[in-house]
Amino acid sequence: MTPQIEIRGLSKIYPIPGGEVHALTNINLTIEKGDIYGIIGMSGAGKSTLIRCLNRLDTPTDGQILIDGENILAMDKKQLRATRRRMAMIFQQFNLLMQKSVARNVRYPLEIAGVPKKQANERVMELLRIVGLEDKANAFPAQLSGGQKQRVAIARALASDPEMLLCDEATSALDPMTTQSILALLQKINQELGITVVLITHEMAVIRQICNKVAILDGGLLAEEGTVDDVFMHTKSAAGRRLFGILPDQEEIPPQPAIRIVFDGESAEQPIISKLVKEIGLDVNILSADIRQLNQKAYGQMMIARPDDPFELQQVMEYLRGLGMTVEEVHVP
Amino acid sequence: MTWEKLLPLLWDSTVETLYMTFWSSLIAYAVGLPLGVLLVVTRKGGIMPAPTFNAVLGVAINFLRSIPFIIMLAVLFPVTRAVIGTAIGTKSIVFPLIISAFPYIARMVEGSLDEVDHGIIEAAQSMGSTNWQIITKVLLPEAVPSLVNGAAICVTTILGYTAMASAAGGGGLGALAIVKGLNVRKFDVMYSASLLLVALVQLITVFGGRLTRRLDHKHR
Repeated sequence: MTPQIEIRGLSKIYPIPGGEVHALTNINLTIEKGDIYGIIGMSGAGKSTLIRCLNRLDTPTDGQILIDGENILAMDKKQLRATRRRMAMIFQQFNLLMQKSVARNVRYPLEIAGVPKKQANERVMELLRIVGLEDKANAFPAQLSGGQKQRVAIARALASDPEMLLCDEATSALDPMTTQSILALLQKINQELGITVVLITHEMAVIRQICNKVAILDGGLLAEEGTVDDVFMHTKSAAGRRLFGILPDQEEIPPQPAIRIVFDGESAEQPIISKLVKEIGLDVNILSADIRQLNQKAYGQMMIARPDDPFELQQVMEYLRGLGMTVEEVHVP
Repeated sequence: MTWEKLLPLLWDSTVETLYMTFWSSLIAYAVGLPLGVLLVVTRKGGIMPAPTFNAVLGVAINFLRSIPFIIMLAVLFPVTRAVIGTAIGTKSIVFPLIISAFPYIARMVEGSLDEVDHGIIEAAQSMGSTNWQIITKVLLPEAVPSLVNGAAICVTTILGYTAMASAAGGGGLGALAIVKGLNVRKFDVMYSASLLLVALVQLITVFGGRLTRRLDHKHR
């Protein structure tokens, strides 16, 4: 089956006075229909440029972007507009029409597609029901909270019946509670409407909460990609480890040696820490712990202080591996 | 001068002033508004970038804008005669007023459209809008409050320029104040005509401000 979005050898170079910036270098990614694909990276990693290249808001310097096998970079204006209607986008700053009511905002994609007014108005109310804002149809964006604005933006994005939804830092301007509700809405849209979601974020929590696949960008390069389960359990790249908080950013804070214990769903049921204390006789010092539900399984990681005695260290590592845990020696800030 | 004599004079002059202001504003906007749109959309980074065209248009507009009105009036004499049929009188003043005002209006419109957040334009592009749809359904409607505010400023400026109509034998409150007031030392005529001009400017400003606030859904 042709993947929904295939990125081949994508590069983007910006000219700047006296040189050039390599925003993206030779990116290759495959996004399948039904994925919630997360692209994560620090500021300046190139993730925003990448998602903006997908619908050609930015023009890449080199490479191909195949949407259902069709290269969007080779399309003429008319084909591009038709393709853009199949891949809606939402933004960090919502980008709503400030002088138009909520209903008119949601109706905009239908208006430009020439949908008859009566039919369009019915569809608008249906969309507002999906995002839970049917009582705000006549309000103006300035009267809404950030979360409500993003819901309007989502309803507007869904108006053209898209197959894909691109989310450019869609939750970065929202508080944690609102972020949760928007993420839940995106998940619902993915599951109930079968829309492929591509989202970029700088927060690993967002990826772990709703994505099934992830790509990690670092300095314009693809550092690592795969299923979220895989990348989280066996983090290979330095950028990935930094995002999981297991490698110091810089030398400013002296790194502390630690053991990283990864919970993969089954093992979280076991009282591992109490077993360590009782059976090895180790004084466990928990440095940090972060365990949560992910795709109906408990995932997470825990950092415990590494014993100074090499023999004791070996004993602990072997004991944990014996329980089927993924463990590794790391340094934490 | 008695009120019986003065009032009809003031009335006729007010009608003439409004006539000049209305027609020159309307036609100058018909020319200036599209030019303002062109200045914004053809700019580098605009939705239809054409940097050379944009630069040429910008220079032409700045050139026209920098000519003092009274010079424009004189220079345009033969052109005005060709277009209007005469270069003298209230009606003929409208033509040089248009030529002086439209470059100013184009820049004013450009400023208003610049206030529209670029993110909104990108959102419209991401939804598959044509450039025409972006201009008519996004750029202009989003700028309406600012355009109205700018229009109030432009109209009052044009109103001020009509006061110089007397230089080409035109009428209006300005001509009344100068020709039948100042020049013949009839200060009651000068002051009453001038005060009416002030009142008109105030009226337009207040009305424009109210309308701007009423139309704006972003800042309230």
